[in-house]
Amino acid sequence: MASSDSATSPADHKRPRGLAPFLRSQMRNIAPFLTLIFLSGFFAIASPSFATIDNLGNILTQVSVTGIIAVGLTFVILCAEIDLSIASIANVTGIAVAYFTLQESYVNIANIPMPGFAAILLALALCALLGLVNALGLTIIGIPSFIMTLAMMQIAAGVSALLVRGQIAYKVPPLITTLGSGSIGGIPWIVIVAAVMLLGGHLVLTYTRFGRYVYMVGGNREAAEFAGLNVKLILGSVMVISAVCSGIGGMLGVAHFGSAQQNEFDTYLLDSIAAVVVGGTSLFGGRGGIGNTIVGLFVLGVLNNGLDHVNIDSFLKILIRGLILLAALVINVYAQRLREQAAE
Amino acid sequence: MSQGRSPILELNQITKAFGGVEALRGVDFALHAGEIHGLVGENGAGKSTLMKIIAGVHPEFSGRFVLDGKETRFRSTRDAHAAGIGMVHQELSVAPDLTVAENVFLGSQPTNRLGFVQWRQMAREAGEQLSRFGIDVDPMTRLGDLPIGLQQLIEIARVLFSGARIIILDEPTSALSPPEVERLFTTLHKLRDDGTSIVFISHFIEDILRVSDVVTVFRNGRKIAETASADTTKGALIEAMIGRGGEALEHSYTDDLMLPQPGGGSTVLKVDQLSLRRSLQNVSFAARAGEVLGIYGFMGCGQLELSRILFGKLRPDGGTLVVDGAAKTFRSTAAARRAGVALVPESRRAMLFHQEPVYKNISISILERISALLLKPVRERAIAQRQVEQLQIRPPVVGLDLGMLSGGNQQKVALAKWLTYPPRLLVLCEPTRGMDVGAKNDVINIVRDLRAKGLAIIVLSTEPETVLSLADRILVLKRGAVVREFAGEAVSKDRLLEAA
Repeated sequence: MASSDSATSPADHKRPRGLAPFLRSQMRNIAPFLTLIFLSGFFAIASPSFATIDNLGNILTQVSVTGIIAVGLTFVILCAEIDLSIASIANVTGIAVAYFTLQESYVNIANIPMPGFAAILLALALCALLGLVNALGLTIIGIPSFIMTLAMMQIAAGVSALLVRGQIAYKVPPLITTLGSGSIGGIPWIVIVAAVMLLGGHLVLTYTRFGRYVYMVGGNREAAEFAGLNVKLILGSVMVISAVCSGIGGMLGVAHFGSAQQNEFDTYLLDSIAAVVVGGTSLFGGRGGIGNTIVGLFVLGVLNNGLDHVNIDSFLKILIRGLILLAALVINVYAQRLREQAAE
Repeated sequence: MSQGRSPILELNQITKAFGGVEALRGVDFALHAGEIHGLVGENGAGKSTLMKIIAGVHPEFSGRFVLDGKETRFRSTRDAHAAGIGMVHQELSVAPDLTVAENVFLGSQPTNRLGFVQWRQMAREAGEQLSRFGIDVDPMTRLGDLPIGLQQLIEIARVLFSGARIIILDEPTSALSPPEVERLFTTLHKLRDDGTSIVFISHFIEDILRVSDVVTVFRNGRKIAETASADTTKGALIEAMIGRGGEALEHSYTDDLMLPQPGGGSTVLKVDQLSLRRSLQNVSFAARAGEVLGIYGFMGCGQLELSRILFGKLRPDGGTLVVDGAAKTFRSTAAARRAGVALVPESRRAMLFHQEPVYKNISISILERISALLLKPVRERAIAQRQVEQLQIRPPVVGLDLGMLSGGNQQKVALAKWLTYPPRLLVLCEPTRGMDVGAKNDVINIVRDLRAKGLAIIVLSTEPETVLSLADRILVLKRGAVVREFAGEAVSKDRLLEAA
């Protein structure tokens, strides 16, 4: 054929080399890592109590619930969608599992006690159902995920309110209590659960056909449809995955905190989104993954924990967190642009 | 030609590389006032890259950039715009949800002192400008409601009337019908006579020779020749473009071509009374195994909608589809794929994953067949490698990101993804649009091979040459209805154009 490349040397056919283009294309993975190293270094110097094994354990435990929720959210954001109902679904699932567990007599909730495994299954069914509603709204009716999950955030909060009616429940099934607040060989179960779920998410995204589809749908939805993929099924699936991960995070979170009540998980919405995005997963879809989310979780964990170790006005911390998130978003968008330039 | 006068734009020794691959190597280029400068070259020869440098899209390059005798560097398209340079890109870039008037004045709406948009003035001026260009539409209609060809014309009009003194048109005629092309050329000549400089890129060499004063030929990132249009011929230009005897490669299809008698292949697809609001009216036809059915018509004749219906992306308002004897209502593209239908759409952006490696682009449609739950990357790469070799995709590296390939090679990748497990019915939209002569021939050969394997193939195109070079039987679609069928008879470019 009369290819325009016919006269170029074979060397031109290899992947582009040189460090600069490579670094540019990897900006999205490198930047969060540098942020993590910088923050860790800073806090290690600023506070002697920061860089200790004990504190590492603290950080891991502190990010576990966020990590469990962020697994599902990573799938959603990789598809270039968003799920704003994660914290509410976590909350309602945690409340539901308590609602189906026998509470102490002083807890004034008209609940329906049942065996532990049934309570867990019902709670899981509830979060899966709410995820399914998100999925149907997004794919069948065609409501943008931002709006659909905003509505679901309210709906799930409403269900929570109806179940606890302003009261606080304390008891959850023993399995949940163990996984949420117990530990084995000095390692908290909740850290193990988070690690297993993150690993599972990574394996699904990297080694399964479904994971490939998630990346392809996120990378170019139209092309995915023209390749004959069932895009709606994939989008629907990630919404359900996200809700179920949130539900698991919610149940373990309730056991971890020792109580189930309204608005308990509110901060987890921003934290989970921040973990995914700070880690470098593209808000435009198709780029990133669980590895990025793990780095993002550590950045947030180190930041939250480290700020407690240094002497800073606690009201200033909120602002600092906001600024760090903004910086991450800037890098996220900028990395996308650099990558596109490198790929041109 | 404008020898003797100093050029308004002069580029010296321009070199530009994308990730280690040189797209331009030491190119000199000069543009004079009041000149239409044609650029020809195969896909990936560097024409578009050079023009994007001029329009400020690529701010990083090496070499000298001299505008009005002063060395300049554009940091963005905004800088280029401010310097009076306007570009119409190959891919449509309009705002479909805004009105025609807003599109014409995009970014420069007339406002009153308080900053409010002067709607009435804007609509009136847009209407005047467009009618000068021979476009008669209500400036307040939503642009997306107009046919694609008209949208493209409006985008061109926007740049032509923006007051830019250097106008770059990258493949402006590919979506236009012959009368629209005529109007464009008349307007370009008028602008040139008023002193505007125009760069015109096209694969249609006749167009280049007709409209331009000077032609520059690119090959492999280098400038090969620059001559006055009057002093050259189509054959000479093609030869310079591809570097060997070129006349034999491109058939002009001006003479009669005998279509074969319809063969006895089994009916793979039967379409009956298909209708879609505003796009298709009672379209009926059949596609047979071992036959290429060409569907020709001007932009906006309903071809795109038809292809989308066949692949389950659009649902018709009425009519039936029968695939291999079974009536089908495709609820998704996945259902169409499972029924043995494959589609290669006309837009590269829509059909490929530019940030993903070549092998993932090729395997995407067959993952279901080669992996149940877990991916099999080794097998995937092997399959992709075979396709890449068979279709002579360059460079033959399946791990390379798709975005690194030239347009023609990307198009082959889009075809490749359907070939490992050939479908029953293959629908190709504009399979050779924007391709160079050599790549076109490759695609023609691929399609013929597939026909020999017994696939039913439908080729939809707005270019008569594409349909004539591929089809055994030709339907002409006009305003959503089949107006003529050519089968077993003589057909030529003229006859097709006449029917449409």
